[in-house]
Amino acid sequence: MAGNNKTSKQVIQGNEACAIGALAAGVTFFGGYPITPSSEIAEILSQTLPLVGGRFIQMEDEIASIASIIGASLAGAKSMTATSGPGFSLMQENLGFAAIAEIPCVIVNVQRAGPSTGLPTQPAQGDVQQTRWGTHGDHSIIALAPSTVLECFTMTIDCVNLAEAYRTPTVLLMDEVIGHMRETVVLPPRSSYKVVERRTPDPDTTDYCPFECDGTEVAPLGAFGGAHRFHVTGLTHDRHGFPTMVGEEVDRKIRWIVDKIEDRADELADLEEFETDDADVLLFAYGSTARVAKSSVRALRERGVRAGMIRAKTIWPFSRKRLKELSGRLKLIVVPEMNLGQLIIEVERAIAGTVPVRHLGRIDGHLFEPDEITEFVLREVGK
Amino acid sequence: MSETKGRYEIRLSGAGGQGLMLAGKLLAEAASVYDGKNAVQTQSYGPEARGGKSKTDVVISDGEIDYPKATKVNVLLAMSQPALDEYIGSLQPGGMLVVDSYLVEEPGRDDAIAIPFTMLALEECGRKLFANVVALGAVAELTQAVTWDSLRSAVLARVPKGTEKINDSALDVGRQAARQFLEGK
Amino acid sequence: MSQAIETARTYLRPSKKLPTVWCGGCGLGIVMSAMIRAIARVGCEKNDVAVVSGIGCTGRLPTYVDFNTLHTTHGRALAFATGVKLATPSLTVIAAMGDGDALAIGGNHFIHSCRRNIDMTAIVANNSIYGMTGGQYSPTTPHGKKGTTAPYGNVEHAFDVAALAVGAGATFVARSSVYHARELDKLIERAIRHKGFSVVEAVSNCYTSYGRLNKYSSPVDMLRWMKESSVTVGAAEEMAPEELEGKFTRGVITERELPEFIESYDGLAKRLASDPAAIERVKGIIRTFDETAERLNAKG
Repeated sequence: MAGNNKTSKQVIQGNEACAIGALAAGVTFFGGYPITPSSEIAEILSQTLPLVGGRFIQMEDEIASIASIIGASLAGAKSMTATSGPGFSLMQENLGFAAIAEIPCVIVNVQRAGPSTGLPTQPAQGDVQQTRWGTHGDHSIIALAPSTVLECFTMTIDCVNLAEAYRTPTVLLMDEVIGHMRETVVLPPRSSYKVVERRTPDPDTTDYCPFECDGTEVAPLGAFGGAHRFHVTGLTHDRHGFPTMVGEEVDRKIRWIVDKIEDRADELADLEEFETDDADVLLFAYGSTARVAKSSVRALRERGVRAGMIRAKTIWPFSRKRLKELSGRLKLIVVPEMNLGQLIIEVERAIAGTVPVRHLGRIDGHLFEPDEITEFVLREVGK
Repeated sequence: MSETKGRYEIRLSGAGGQGLMLAGKLLAEAASVYDGKNAVQTQSYGPEARGGKSKTDVVISDGEIDYPKATKVNVLLAMSQPALDEYIGSLQPGGMLVVDSYLVEEPGRDDAIAIPFTMLALEECGRKLFANVVALGAVAELTQAVTWDSLRSAVLARVPKGTEKINDSALDVGRQAARQFLEGK
Repeated sequence: MSQAIETARTYLRPSKKLPTVWCGGCGLGIVMSAMIRAIARVGCEKNDVAVVSGIGCTGRLPTYVDFNTLHTTHGRALAFATGVKLATPSLTVIAAMGDGDALAIGGNHFIHSCRRNIDMTAIVANNSIYGMTGGQYSPTTPHGKKGTTAPYGNVEHAFDVAALAVGAGATFVARSSVYHARELDKLIERAIRHKGFSVVEAVSNCYTSYGRLNKYSSPVDMLRWMKESSVTVGAAEEMAPEELEGKFTRGVITERELPEFIESYDGLAKRLASDPAAIERVKGIIRTFDETAERLNAKG
């Protein structure tokens, strides 16, 4: 490519950056099903994976897509799928399987407006709570939300790394704006990001327990075809993986898949803070909405409002720590979201009534305009 | 908006299949990769792969671009009447309107820059499908939003091998048409 | 006898998993042992075999066998198996499913697996009923037969499992029954050895949930039905359609060669690796970070 080399600037789509991030993180298996606005991810990986020693398959639906990546992960491959709302709904069943069976895998959800078929080509942030609670039963999950094309690259790597480190499904919660937007980026060289490899059992171990859950560390995971044969099931199981109905074992297992993530919420929390040093009005945003909120913070400051923004990069587990720290000097929190009130529930739980929290929702398939958030805040603070 | 410093918004609109997404991508690459500024391109489209209304926004700035979409459009290119009718309201006061006079019968404004891009593409380049590149050449010349060399480099790096020459001349057809329009004013 | 005990000792999980959840008189134990004998004859190392299942009585089968075993969600065995096989093609992958699992909730995965021709084996244990949930009618319950959700007789019509597999493109399809246990293991062995997607329908019996509702006097009575109501593929060719009424055929129903998915995919990858234009295109996409570019260079 004339004028371009590997460290130069380029203009690429969020979906493209995500696919490249997957390769950078060492993903060697992708199983997916076409759906707007995520299809570019599958297209790029279908083109690239055969040339880097990986394999791509287009499955018959999204249920099969997530099943295939769980199977591939169990056979030792870093695995990923990509979808949007309707497909994400179909994936809930096996997302629960990956959670209880503790199989690393990455699901990219490029959110579009729902419910149901909704607006296939228009953005939304309506899947935030579904990501956390969409599959039945107690479990936890890790979900990250990028706001820039560069983050589509880096957070895909993070999602793969976290899935491998915590043996959990992770979700990259993109939205149509970020997925389809082209932006100037310089993707970082290999030396600047970490790639986590799965911890595997000592081949000489005679009593390998793939589902050890004594509350200390995540057990290593062997691969089918490796040194140890083991059983994996979606039934509640003991530390060897065999079904159990013993109350004590069941309790320990389910608490473990929740606690291994929720107990590390503060450690996993990744936030961007903008103008929060002296802020008394806080915008709490994520994804493409956070870009608008940032513009609004600048505009509000020009209007004499001491506004600041926290952008949640880690959506799940939700960390309350920073909100609690800031709450003492805040007089208002505004949560703009392209939904009718989802992550605000967590903000309110963190704040526990100490600061007024207001929601600004937009669900017509369009991103907020900066003036819209600015004027909402001005009205709320009585200016 | 307070980040307007050096922020320039271009909206390319028309029908699906006219190649406007590609034109937007080339414009963003010219501004960013070759001119060294920041650029963001977004798009909106319906379910149709061909026909329907289609638009792409390119925001160019010396600084950080928070808000990715165009809100106060500096220049609107309309390559179809329905697209013009839909997006004319987004053009900021004093903004520049460029229309394909071959496809847009009622520009609705006296100061519209009307150039028959599609006809020029057909007559000068032999195929209608070069209308997007012809229009790109004209928009670059009219706005100076990107430097000519950068636009050429971006276009020539992206187009299929073997079509560099014809695309290069399509750009130039647009540039000359824009110059003639300005001289004739 | 000692051979059988030896095989059981080798391939059944040694500790605590037995007895099975299956009722006395159930045919699934015969299906499991036929599968084990077939694997033993093919000579696979235990570490090189993955047995995948869905939900239901058949879904429990992997629990008892000493391989890499994966008990998945209802209907999804083949979709999980697809990922296992594609990530590690050296594994011998066998999906063991019941009729409701494979053909109702998993019907879409079943037909697409047949079409794709990935080198795996599907064993469909067909007992014509949902046994574990208590005898509801399944996609293979014959018209007029009873289930707990078809108390007046089934108004629907049954799938012919083998015909469905043939129609969907499976390259090896065979059928036998748990009465014909030796024949069954030979067919499973051929299925495993077949390069491509193979299906073995194992006609089985669920006395508890199906037999009792449909006037069979005992599990043995059901086995007797299998003996009397089946004919070999060869014999069936000589019989008139009226004579075949109410009977099922046993043996290899289809066996053909078709490029296998992974061979085709890897062949394509190999060709691409020596195609400079393809390498350039892909480098153009991923030019932005060194490592993959290096991987490409190493391959190219």
